[in-house]
Amino acid sequence: MKPSSSAVPAEERGASGRDPARSVLRFAAGIAVLGILLLFLMIIAFALPVFTEQSAGGPFSRIWAPGQGQFGIQAMIAGSLVLALSALCIGWPFGLVLCCWLFCPVNGQSGFARSARSIVGFLVRIMTAIPTVVYGFAAVFLLTPLVRETVGGTGFCWLSAALMLAVLILPTIVLLLSAGLAPRLERLLPGGLALGFTRMDLMWFFVLPEAKKTLFSSLVLGFGRAVGDTLIPLMLAGNAPQMPYACSAGLRTLTAHMAMVTSNEVGGAAYNSLFMAGALLLLINALVSLCACRLECSSRQERKGGRR
Amino acid sequence: MKRLISPLAALLVGASLAATAQAASDTALDAFKGQKGTLDIAGGTAHIPVMKKAAQAIMESNPGIRITVAGGGSGVGVQKVGEGLVQIGNTGRALKASEIEKYGLRTFPFAIDGVAVVVNPGNPVSAMSKQQLKDVFAGRIVNWKELGGEDAAISLYVREDGSGTRETFEERALDKGTAMQGANVVNSNGSMKTTVAGDRNAIGYVGIGHLDSSIKGITLDGMIPSQENASDGSYNVTRLLYMNTKGEPQGLTKLFIDYIYSPDGKKFIASSGYIPLDK
Repeated sequence: MKPSSSAVPAEERGASGRDPARSVLRFAAGIAVLGILLLFLMIIAFALPVFTEQSAGGPFSRIWAPGQGQFGIQAMIAGSLVLALSALCIGWPFGLVLCCWLFCPVNGQSGFARSARSIVGFLVRIMTAIPTVVYGFAAVFLLTPLVRETVGGTGFCWLSAALMLAVLILPTIVLLLSAGLAPRLERLLPGGLALGFTRMDLMWFFVLPEAKKTLFSSLVLGFGRAVGDTLIPLMLAGNAPQMPYACSAGLRTLTAHMAMVTSNEVGGAAYNSLFMAGALLLLINALVSLCACRLECSSRQERKGGRR
Repeated sequence: MKRLISPLAALLVGASLAATAQAASDTALDAFKGQKGTLDIAGGTAHIPVMKKAAQAIMESNPGIRITVAGGGSGVGVQKVGEGLVQIGNTGRALKASEIEKYGLRTFPFAIDGVAVVVNPGNPVSAMSKQQLKDVFAGRIVNWKELGGEDAAISLYVREDGSGTRETFEERALDKGTAMQGANVVNSNGSMKTTVAGDRNAIGYVGIGHLDSSIKGITLDGMIPSQENASDGSYNVTRLLYMNTKGEPQGLTKLFIDYIYSPDGKKFIASSGYIPLDK
């Protein structure tokens, strides 16, 4: 690089000016892809021996009792799925209703209702930035005594964790839904209002039935968020390594399990079973992301098609 | 309100303690001046907090020294130090005669790890027998009424597998038994304290150094859990924590062991919830 760039003719400068930027981008993308590939490779490489050396107390058995040589993580798999699904069952309808409320003000509403809407909309956006440990900590002091008194048990249970996870995934769901639903509603508004429909009618009869993919992708991403969270189940779900059987009983998720065991073990069968747990989590989340990606792409095409 | 303030206060006290420890440690750390090299430590998990704090203090003041601390359990500690893979192998039990003979190990007990059974201060029950304790943790006694308390279901809290506190508790208080699968699991002495302090029907256990007014220690078979009783042996849900070396410790290994016995080391031992021992 001896001549300075100003001495180079214009066309060449254009080409060479693009090149460094492009190579930086390629480099960055390459590192990201490589990182993900390495992550998969490492986890699978560590999990494979555990998978192939199936013994009586291996990771796919039911009981976790390292003292007795049993390293089953079935209960944790069930715990993760059940907890994420139940959080979704609470959080998703809430998110949908909240989203409809935010976008469908009744005609001639008071100033109070309008400011309430903007405050809630603002709060939902703020909620995305709250670390989960804050939710967990607050719930330990505020939610668990309440749950203990109403449903019995210790308060550290399926129900407490599901409620807090629902709160955690609520903003994700609301933001995804509003990104998908608001443009559709906007397009229908002038004509729809002129025909005498209210905004809520338009949302309910025209937008929602046509937006199945948006609804589904918010479900999928909400699930991914719920299944991947560690601190809320760790702090609230009780962590008993048993099959979830009642909403007042404890359960243990894969994430909380990994957090607990890694703090004490280095090497050994208990440690190795963690790679199995990690591989499973990775698999679940990869599937969720792929699912969401396909939905996103096809709904984008659908939107483009609709506009034409 | 009080409950919210006390963690804050604990944080502040902790921070000021750390500051004083920093000031005092300059003298005990002098021995490491000009030293270079690597020291590898492995073994018992209960030892890890003490080892890590000491290692951090040493490495901060002497960048030429690298100390690694790993877990693995007592068995791993003996095996690794015996085969020369690490310089210090930690165990939460005395060495067996066969181990000393096979590897030529030297052992250094440096702390007492005692575990106290705790309940909420509002619970009228304050004493039980070991048999009752075993029944409670096995799920055979499920109501406080059976122990002379209120008519309320017992909430069981235990520590996670691999925790040193759990190991001591199950070995010494449950006579190598284990708690039922449905018990809630918490992952530190601190969170055990907050949980038991917040649940009137709770029973759990903490390292004896973590006992304070927010929880109530249970008198077990007439033995009152306290630091003093644990050090003079009148409370026996305890064990010693050992560092082991292959042959007489030399160089950096010797300096490290001496540092653990120094006033600084004792501070780290106490802040990890154990009772320091003299060499």
